[in-house]
Amino acid sequence: MGSESAVTAVTHVLPYLVAAYVFLVGCYGLATSRNLIHAVGCLAVCQSATYVLLLAVGYRDGGTAPVFSDIRPGSRPVVDPVVQALTLTDVVVGATVTALLLALTVQIAKRHGTVDPDELRELRG
Amino acid sequence: MHRLLPLLPAVPLLGAGLLVAGGRHLPRPVAEAFGCLAAATTAALAIVLLPHSSPALVEWVGGWFPKGGESVGIVLIGDGPSLGMAALVSLLTLAALAYSWHYFDEPPRGHAGTFPALILLFQGGMCGFAVAGDLFNAFVFFELMSAVAYALTGYRIDEAKAVQGALSFALVNSLGAYFMLMGIALLYARTGELAMAKIAEGLNAAAGHHGPDALTLTAFVLVLTGLLVKSAAVPFQFWLPDAHAVAPTPVCMLLSGVMVELGVYGVWRVYGTVFSGPGGLPAADVTRTLVVLGVLTGAVGAVMCWYQRHIKRLLAFSTIAHTGLFLIAVGVLKAEADDGAALYILGHAGVKAALFACAGILLDRYGTVDEFSLHGRARHLRGVGATFAVAGLALAGLPPFGTGLGKAVSEEAVGAPLTVVYVAASALTGAAVLRVAARVFLGFGPRPEEREGEEREEDKTSGADEEPETRQRLVRVPRTMGTVPAVLLAAALAVGVVPGFAGLVGHAVDEAGTWGVFSSVHWTATGVLLDLLSTLLAVGLALVAVTRPGLLSAPEWALPLRRLQSGHVGDYVAWLLVGTTLLGALALPAVLR
Amino acid sequence: MNPRARLWLVVLGGGGLAALLVAACLRLPAFGGPWHPYGDRAVRAALARHIANTIASVNFDQRAFDTMGEMTILFAAVLGCVVLLRQARDEHRDPPEPCEVAAPVRRYALVVLPIALVTGLYVIAHGQLSPGGGFQGGVVAATALHLMYLGADYAALERIRPVEAFEIGDALSASAYLVLGFAGVLAGGAFLANTLLPYGTFNTLSSGGTVPLLNAAIGMEVASAVVVLLARFLDQAVEIEEGSGS
Repeated sequence: MGSESAVTAVTHVLPYLVAAYVFLVGCYGLATSRNLIHAVGCLAVCQSATYVLLLAVGYRDGGTAPVFSDIRPGSRPVVDPVVQALTLTDVVVGATVTALLLALTVQIAKRHGTVDPDELRELRG
Repeated sequence: MHRLLPLLPAVPLLGAGLLVAGGRHLPRPVAEAFGCLAAATTAALAIVLLPHSSPALVEWVGGWFPKGGESVGIVLIGDGPSLGMAALVSLLTLAALAYSWHYFDEPPRGHAGTFPALILLFQGGMCGFAVAGDLFNAFVFFELMSAVAYALTGYRIDEAKAVQGALSFALVNSLGAYFMLMGIALLYARTGELAMAKIAEGLNAAAGHHGPDALTLTAFVLVLTGLLVKSAAVPFQFWLPDAHAVAPTPVCMLLSGVMVELGVYGVWRVYGTVFSGPGGLPAADVTRTLVVLGVLTGAVGAVMCWYQRHIKRLLAFSTIAHTGLFLIAVGVLKAEADDGAALYILGHAGVKAALFACAGILLDRYGTVDEFSLHGRARHLRGVGATFAVAGLALAGLPPFGTGLGKAVSEEAVGAPLTVVYVAASALTGAAVLRVAARVFLGFGPRPEEREGEEREEDKTSGADEEPETRQRLVRVPRTMGTVPAVLLAAALAVGVVPGFAGLVGHAVDEAGTWGVFSSVHWTATGVLLDLLSTLLAVGLALVAVTRPGLLSAPEWALPLRRLQSGHVGDYVAWLLVGTTLLGALALPAVLR
Repeated sequence: MNPRARLWLVVLGGGGLAALLVAACLRLPAFGGPWHPYGDRAVRAALARHIANTIASVNFDQRAFDTMGEMTILFAAVLGCVVLLRQARDEHRDPPEPCEVAAPVRRYALVVLPIALVTGLYVIAHGQLSPGGGFQGGVVAATALHLMYLGADYAALERIRPVEAFEIGDALSASAYLVLGFAGVLAGGAFLANTLLPYGTFNTLSSGGTVPLLNAAIGMEVASAVVVLLARFLDQAVEIEEGSGS
């Protein structure tokens, strides 16, 4: 009984903890990155954590997609459609920001001849 | 009237869409005139709505009015501060477009209208953020203004510095935005709502008599991190000088004049609407958090500002110092301090934009913004020099400029110990600008020497050998470029002297605030004296620095501080993490009670 | 700062952040719980307007204003990439050289291209009925065109996607979304109000009032935007060369 409730307690928070872990890993990668393309990737990892958190928050046990073209409304529980819409917005925002960041990285590679942040020598002091 | 609120972001966005669709076959003046028209229409709309903002305009986009107190739509708030910010954004956008009129070199070729379109998108994003009453919607417009700002900062891709500064800006600000989104997700999980006022109700209901818990604290810290990155509070500030030093001048006017201040506005809005109830954070903890950060920001910004020779970078650090002062005013959570911050932001926008505009003229005329190499070279630019010097005095708080009034009102509200920070930060930043004015436009003092001995990395960011932003170096200053800073400075003066204006601003801010108190805003004798004191200090410091450069040259103890500004994006991210932890530690007593 | 000092800062800051996040996670409602007030209201509102896919209803009706901002971010990013990835002063363009493609690859690409394109358009058109919609379908349709690059060569791709036309299409479809919003105000209602058209029969292509129109505008916008974005990056990789030669 004790171990069973411990298991439920873990499953009740595990998805949230996964989101926190992914976010922290992304931050670590971003801070210690030796390559700007890798850094842009790390930022995308941080953003993935927001998807995980949003979708985990909206999940309902036994729920299916909130699309009623093939199920009768009310016949089954559905997951929260709002977080799905928020996640979609988030995905689009992330993709476009990544495009801008990569465009800047392309130009840095040309102007500085490197994508290693340790070797960028401008803008100090 | 409330029906028109969504048009504040929609008009400039539609203007941008049409400009890109049809702009490539238009002659450049037509495309620019269209851009100015769209910006001016938005400004007019905000100003027309302002008198109707008491009581606040509330609009549910798409007509999703709440039924039984609940809605599925997005709410927009049109109160004095939100419409005032939208008006300020729009007017400054118009000034930036006028400044870049015809002279600013606008690649890419064959895409006439791209630059005004980007500026309009920037305006739309900022206006949308100002009127947002829904936390996720605020995040969307926050990201819109950020994304456009990255592209505008890196506009001059031929310059190595520009692309590096833009990337640091983009990485740090995007990360900050994701912190904010994590916080929004936590709040949604707790309350099941996204409208700010509904989240506050949910937090109050969930907290009951226990007060806030760890989730509320974390959500507060995460949302605040995003907003404070935007407002460049220490230790989130590193991206700002890098971005402002490299962005095109019209863009700097907007970044420094309103975008950074929108971060402070966001802090005010989010705390006042979401976290100020019994389920939010107690006032004492919020004050501790914001005032500590504000004091640090003011001090670091002012000291760093003094030791710059790159004029645009110097102005960028002065923006950091002033943001610190705004944060202190917002942080003490008093109606009168909010009024002071609002007036200070209005005055500062005009003054700082005018200063950047003057720096831009130097860049386009001489191909450098290095204080040392420009020594005495701009003697014949009398009008520009006068504007620059007066703006420096206004930055130090000279009455009756709006900056002076805002500073005086804030000082009165925050109390004696914090007043020292106001006087010191405004005196030091004003002195730095006056020092530049005396050297560059008057040729005072001995020509500053390069540091003897080995050259340090920190001295290389001097602003020498920059590319002008105009197609070729200017021989004479075009009328638009000369007029815009003067008009901006006059506007900053008007904030302080137009009778009744300060009272109106104060009333609007108090009405929208959560304190339920109305304070009267006007000049006081103490305020004028303190303003004169900081102005005199600024003039004195500038004189000493110009005539006896040895006395005030960079001491060794300032070097570690300058070394922190390393240009390395990994460092900036590390500091961001430390800043979040600092916020958490400062607000921690809220959950320990 | 040296890497060691930075690592200490990351450990300090990351540790604090980790503590905050874990403490918050432990206070969150249990995963999979039944309490989703906003979600339940959104489902009811979607059904009341005859929209089968609730997410489409949230995106294009209930929270259509968010989608307006989101679409504008995409539009801004395209414009930004056009600016950032332009030909710099010291660069020139080399026309790409034609290249040989293995016959099976060519056959596969040319067969799949129309299928992928139609799939993309199908996903856009059924946005309010089944999972998918303008954003998803737009990306599929845009990438379909790029099978031409795999199947033939860069020159062939450039023939079937005149970038300038797509840039204008991008701007026009973004404007169309905004104009639909203005139409609500002009008709005397709210901005982006879905009250202009009848809601139609549940689960048919024309159901949902203005939702299919907004969805189509987004589909067009996303497809054009992705084509332009990819074109700018491909230009950098294939055509633009450093050095101011010929």
